[in-house]
This record gives sequence, structure tokens and C-alpha cells, in this order.
Amino acid sequence: MNRVFTMFLYALAILLLIVSVYKDRDKTKRGIQKGIWMMLGVLPYFLTIMLVTGTALIYLKPDTIRQILGAESGLRGMITAALAGTAALVPVLAVFPMVSELLRNGAGTAQMAIFISTLTTVGFITIPLEIKYLGVKAAVLRNILFFLAAFATSYLLGVML
Amino acid sequence: MKKIRAWIIMGAACMAVILSLPEDYGAVMSYAGAGLMQFLWNLIPVFLCVGLMDVWVEKEKMIKIIGEKSGLTGKVLSLFMGMLTAVPIYALLPIAGLLIKKGGRISNVLIFLCSSVSIRIPLLLFETSALGWKFSICRFLLNLPVVLVIGCAIERVLSDKDIEDIIQLLLR
Repeated sequence: MNRVFTMFLYALAILLLIVSVYKDRDKTKRGIQKGIWMMLGVLPYFLTIMLVTGTALIYLKPDTIRQILGAESGLRGMITAALAGTAALVPVLAVFPMVSELLRNGAGTAQMAIFISTLTTVGFITIPLEIKYLGVKAAVLRNILFFLAAFATSYLLGVML
Repeated sequence: MKKIRAWIIMGAACMAVILSLPEDYGAVMSYAGAGLMQFLWNLIPVFLCVGLMDVWVEKEKMIKIIGEKSGLTGKVLSLFMGMLTAVPIYALLPIAGLLIKKGGRISNVLIFLCSSVSIRIPLLLFETSALGWKFSICRFLLNLPVVLVIGCAIERVLSDKDIEDIIQLLLR
């Protein structure tokens, strides 16, 4: 499944590349450079997270994870995960492998869903920046509403899966 | 500058692992190495697509189509634009600010911003490959109405003066 998927992405990338080169060589070059820079931007975060997770997995036994973030950890586990997601400022791409590892080690679906949801939509560290562009009211409202919505959607997701 | 700092932090984390786990650091390194290979294999095509889209999609055209009178079309377009835009939030905010300044409707810009952070397609692709299609499709379907409702609700709550203040803030 995953392999087919990656192959599809490669095919799409190659197709776009051919069309782009055909239309404008310079623009293509700039596009590729942008892509590489974006990738280099995520890479160190990703490696740091891999190091932290690798270390954590040596210490944390599946039982401990199950206790803190397992399906039975309920609301308490969800709040822990939501706060972690809100406080962290890391590209979500970098945490997917960690989340899938945690799920294999006994973390609950709702707890992991809320972690991803709050990580992507709510940012404690980025609120000051957001206020600069959206004003205090809209920025604060947006973060609070998404924080609350994350509980609802993640709870439902946990029930559905 | 920010990029260099991230690399320094990474180097420090690496040193910390080696120093604090003199016996087990090999296991951590090979775990991180395997993750890195996975990362490169999966991300090369995605960043290629994103980089090319970034160059080819014109900003001026985007601005015209999501103004005050764009109606439902504007909403749908904002949603899709957001879902296709893959940049970190600190890069999205300046874009959102620009859209508001150029006359984009607040609810549309919010839908754009929120759909990009919450349900962007590149993200879903990665989510699927790491967590399975069931997990990501359910999360997508649950978050889609959330994005639309929150985008419109915030616009409702803001008074005309609030919106005027935001525009003044952006013009300053």
C-alpha cells in the first residue's frame, strides 16, 4: 500500500517536472531549488526528533506508553497529548513516523489524533506572530476554537476506528 | 539563520545521545538512520511537487478570486487553495495577511489558513503513508466541517471595526 503510494508520488513529480521543463527551464530550476531548501529546512528537525524518539524508546517500555497515552488513559491522556501538541513547534511531517511507532507500542488512537490535530492547528509559540497578521481577537479565537474542536474530532475518531 | 540554528540543535542532540547513552547510542543512531532513509525516499517527490507548484501558481490571480463578493465560489476556492498550499504556519501567515490586505474576505482567508494547517493534501499523503488511509481519511472528514465552521464563526464574531483594525494593522 505505502509503496504503491510513494510510486504514485514519484510518477506525479516526474510528470510535473517534464511539463515544467517543457514550459520554462528557469522557473523549473527555481522550483527545484525551492523544494530542496524546504526539504533542508525540515531535515534537522526530523533528525532531532528521530534521536529523541529513539532515546525515548530505549527508556519507555510499551507498558509505560500505554499507561500515559493508551486507549484507557481516556481524557487525561488526551489532555496530555493535546498540551504536548499545542506547545511543540515541529513540522508535522517529522512526527508521523513517531506517531505510528507510538501506535504500534500501545498509544491510543484518540490520543494520537489529538496530538496531530493540535500540533497542526494550534500553536502556543506562534500566537504572537499570528496576532501580527490577524489581530488579537481573531488569532486567539482561532487557536481556542481549534483546541476545543480537536477534542471533539479526536474523540469521534477514537470511537470510529 | 533559523535553519542553521536547527542544525546546531540537531548536532547537540546527537552529542547528548552519544554522551548519555555510551552503551545504547548505536541502537538510537541506527533507528535515526533508518528513519532518515525513509524520510528521503518519501519526501523527495513531494518537495519536488511543492517547489514546482510554488513557482507556477501566481499570487495576483489568487487574490482576485476570493474577495468580498466571491460568494460560495470564493469559499470553495479558498478551501482548495489552502489544501494545496504546503508551507509552515509562519510562512502561511504573511500570505494570509497579504490576502486580507488585498481585499480577500476574512472568512475566506481564514478558511485558506485553517485548511492549510489542518487538512492540506500533502500532509494527508504523508499521514496516509505513516498511519494508514483509514486514520487520515477519518481525520480529514472530521476536520473539513471544523475548518469551514471556525472560519465563518470568527468572521461572524468580528465587528466591522475589528476587521478595519486588522486591515490598519496590516497596512502599518
